[in-house]
Amino acid sequence: MRTVDTQQIADCVYRLARRAGLTLTESCRRALKEAESAEEGAAKFALNAVLNNEQTAQREHMPVCQDTGMAVVVIELGQEVALTGIPLRDAVDDGVRRAYADGNFRKSICDPLIRRNTGDNTPAHLHTEIVAGDRVSISFLPKGFGSENMSRLVMLTPAEGREGILDTIVETVKIAGSRPCPPVYVGVGIGGCFDSCAYLAKKALLREVGSRNPREDVASIEREALGRINALGIGAQGFGGKITALGVSCEIAPTHIAGLPVAVNIQCHCVRCEKETL
Amino acid sequence: MTKKIILPLSGKEELRAGDAVLLSGTIYTARDYAHKRIFGLLDRGEPLPFELKGAFLYYAGPCPAPAGKACGSCGPTTSARMNVFAPRLLDLGLGGMIGKGEMSEATAEAIRRNHAVYFAAIGGAGATYGNAVRKAECIAFPDLFSEAVYRMEVEDFPLVVAIDSFGGNIYRRSDGRSV
Repeated sequence: MRTVDTQQIADCVYRLARRAGLTLTESCRRALKEAESAEEGAAKFALNAVLNNEQTAQREHMPVCQDTGMAVVVIELGQEVALTGIPLRDAVDDGVRRAYADGNFRKSICDPLIRRNTGDNTPAHLHTEIVAGDRVSISFLPKGFGSENMSRLVMLTPAEGREGILDTIVETVKIAGSRPCPPVYVGVGIGGCFDSCAYLAKKALLREVGSRNPREDVASIEREALGRINALGIGAQGFGGKITALGVSCEIAPTHIAGLPVAVNIQCHCVRCEKETL
Repeated sequence: MTKKIILPLSGKEELRAGDAVLLSGTIYTARDYAHKRIFGLLDRGEPLPFELKGAFLYYAGPCPAPAGKACGSCGPTTSARMNVFAPRLLDLGLGGMIGKGEMSEATAEAIRRNHAVYFAAIGGAGATYGNAVRKAECIAFPDLFSEAVYRMEVEDFPLVVAIDSFGGNIYRRSDGRSV
């Protein structure tokens, strides 16, 4: 057994959050640059502003986007690791609390009914998976809600199949229109059950923009969905253009013989995702 | 060509959907919950924290200001959520709004009716906008944290005219369909 003090996890979450607030992922930046050179007019103006904004953010030590998000934390915990110290949940929240205070990040978490802000952006949205080995892998995704609001989950019938999946993905982006800060990054969950399907969609967003699912039949859905989304013409910020999505990533899991759940999690063009393995 | 626009508007600006502008002057932040509070004040006939006539609302909730800065990161939020509030405020004399993304036909009609304008800021460019804020002061609802109303003096906000008072709408194609 390897022992890991949860203080190390708190410090890791802190580092990842601080970095994520100020930085786009390399794959996102690359996709934005390609989009910027492909577009013209107002869409080009918007993409150019977004690329310059990241430089301003780093120079001025300000978050790239004021929506520093709900703190989504995915921890893959090796089963040969024994955790010591404060409870894992408290450690993760401690990292988030300190990062959002020190980084001058916005605190965006509130009670859903009375709308009172928790004041420190906790609780984080924490997923833990027990995996083989003695490592602890932590992913940090600050999830903005302009795009989260445009996400959908649909329970298709098995007969609707591949076409139904494609229609669901494209329709979700079309309904979202200009609202989620396009060009979007689309995470798709296919299969599982109601809740695990949504989680698959979220996990798809942890992948690099432009990466392909290793299963060819799934990768072909990613490619075809991206083509159909870009044919919608929504463009950057909804100003009209050729690039409405930077990428589509699908994750798949076995489902029940009676069903075909499809979840579409929309991510804005500010893809911020940091990872570290302890 | 980017036009320089200074608030309050003179009425001679000829703002057309698609125009890129650099906006300077005084604006007020208000998003979901601040609107709810403002509507509560209006319904009870109580005074608002600022003069609505000719004012510009910025649909935004800033990050805290770093040391030595007037404001933290401060880009626009999704305007469509404010469709339920915008027409009434426009009819009461609001000069216009700044936000991101499309707004409803009812809002567009209220913009035309009142010779107002809706500017699109670039979503995701929060550092750029925060850096262009020269002064920021919380003037109402401080318990709402970033959702409070801030009076801001801004300089050269890069914006695009999204819905104008002549029927122009950047989110609609010439055939009338939404893009």
